[in-house]
Amino acid sequence: MTTSVAEAVPAPEQASDIYGRFIGVRKVFGTGESTMVALSEVDYELRKGELVALLGPSGCGKTTLLRMVAGLTKPSGGSVVIRGREVTEPQDDFGFVFQSPNLLPWRTVLSNVLFPMEIKGRLDAAAKARAVELLEHVGLGKFLKSRPHELSGGMKQRVALCRALIHSPSLILMDEPFGALDELTRMEMHELLLDIRRLTGATVMFVTHSISEAVYLADEVLVFSARPGRVSDRIRIDLPYPREAALRYTASFRDYERRAGAGLGVLHHA
Amino acid sequence: MKIPSEAVTRIAYPVLGLLLLLALWQSYIVLFDVPQAVLPRPLAVWNATVNNLPLLISEGRVTLLESIYGFLLAFFLGIPIAVAISSSRTLNLMFYPLLIATQALPKVALAPLILVWLGTGIESKLAIAWLVAFFPIVVDTATGLRSTPAEMLDLAASVRATGWQTFWKIRFPAALPFVITGSKVAITLAVIGAVIGEFISSNEGLGNLLLVANSQVNTPLAFAALLALAVLGMALYAAVAFVDIALKPWFSEVRH
Repeated sequence: MTTSVAEAVPAPEQASDIYGRFIGVRKVFGTGESTMVALSEVDYELRKGELVALLGPSGCGKTTLLRMVAGLTKPSGGSVVIRGREVTEPQDDFGFVFQSPNLLPWRTVLSNVLFPMEIKGRLDAAAKARAVELLEHVGLGKFLKSRPHELSGGMKQRVALCRALIHSPSLILMDEPFGALDELTRMEMHELLLDIRRLTGATVMFVTHSISEAVYLADEVLVFSARPGRVSDRIRIDLPYPREAALRYTASFRDYERRAGAGLGVLHHA
Repeated sequence: MKIPSEAVTRIAYPVLGLLLLLALWQSYIVLFDVPQAVLPRPLAVWNATVNNLPLLISEGRVTLLESIYGFLLAFFLGIPIAVAISSSRTLNLMFYPLLIATQALPKVALAPLILVWLGTGIESKLAIAWLVAFFPIVVDTATGLRSTPAEMLDLAASVRATGWQTFWKIRFPAALPFVITGSKVAITLAVIGAVIGEFISSNEGLGNLLLVANSQVNTPLAFAALLALAVLGMALYAAVAFVDIALKPWFSEVRH
């Protein structure tokens, strides 16, 4: 493990200051008779360096909220304020990881990771060195010149993760990034994500529909319910980091899962 | 070295099919005593091909060049026009429906007019070859540019790419498979265009040779010219298909 991947290493526990605020954020699709409330008002304070999981069924507005934070979708009402400024467009120090790896198939692995730097006009030796370092960190050091079609699903998503990290973002937004992976690969990705979060100290918002994934990764889980999309519960996960796979089988982990399941309406309160 | 059986079947079966057709052809002539002027035997066609090889090559060269130039004209004019149409909403609204509509127009019907405008030289053949090859390239390229996967556009937006960057680094490369699909159609059409041009008025090319052989009731030579045209068409198609196969892995994940 190289520690130089980290650009700033504040311990998440100490960094409890506010990174962003969502004030009455709502989203309505359509006009006139056929309007659909994708997300009714969400108020939330996002703490610096925390990993927040947005957990819910499809159509509950969790991805819509993530896209509004990313500046990819405009809210119909309310505002997303990050570090004191309202987000109206994508920001330079945000990194986005998509549901599919979304790599550009005509580019090599290295050139995919460097894509954001190329767009920002910062394609220098330092950027290339960092890209190589990130890829080596996620175990893809031997695949710099490979094309995406030569990689497995998990490897592609690692490349996508490196691409989101290349410009050292302070906020990483992830839209069900491991949803298409098999269970074992997904568990490996969880360790990788926690490791990267620890090293970079970045704030992370993570959309998922997996209860155990949300509980395992997050400092806080926002539970969503659908029709209309809204936040139905906020669960603080007081399990210490670094977290290990064995944690998944403890009683307190199961209690958090049970509460989240109740919030989703899949089981009744114990 | 062990030859994979799959490859053997892929070659053996088409060859078998061809031999079967040739046998049917031969037996039809023998059974019904068909005169050579109507339908020559396969061996007569083969002999005519071998005996007239220099002639077929020199005439074939003319048709080949007309087809290639016509295709290249269509390619290098078609792509910028497709780019213009898909970059400007106004141009798109004005011309895209028209372009789709012209797909239904039999462009070969314009050949006599083109002859009036451009004369009987190579210009008119190029123009006809260009005309038939142009539309598939424009329409397919424009379609490709309009169907960039939404997630790729989100990626561009998330890194704050300018419109220019989004076009050159994402939309255009993502449209290349469509450009190649259009080119495959266009190259075959370009050969047809060149031959039509030669049919209408020319004193060279395989199309002209076909007409001359016909008028002399030299059916074996007409068939030889036909064979040469088939080889030419297949070679040009194979050239474009080769580019397609060479690029395929790069684009395997562009889902539309």
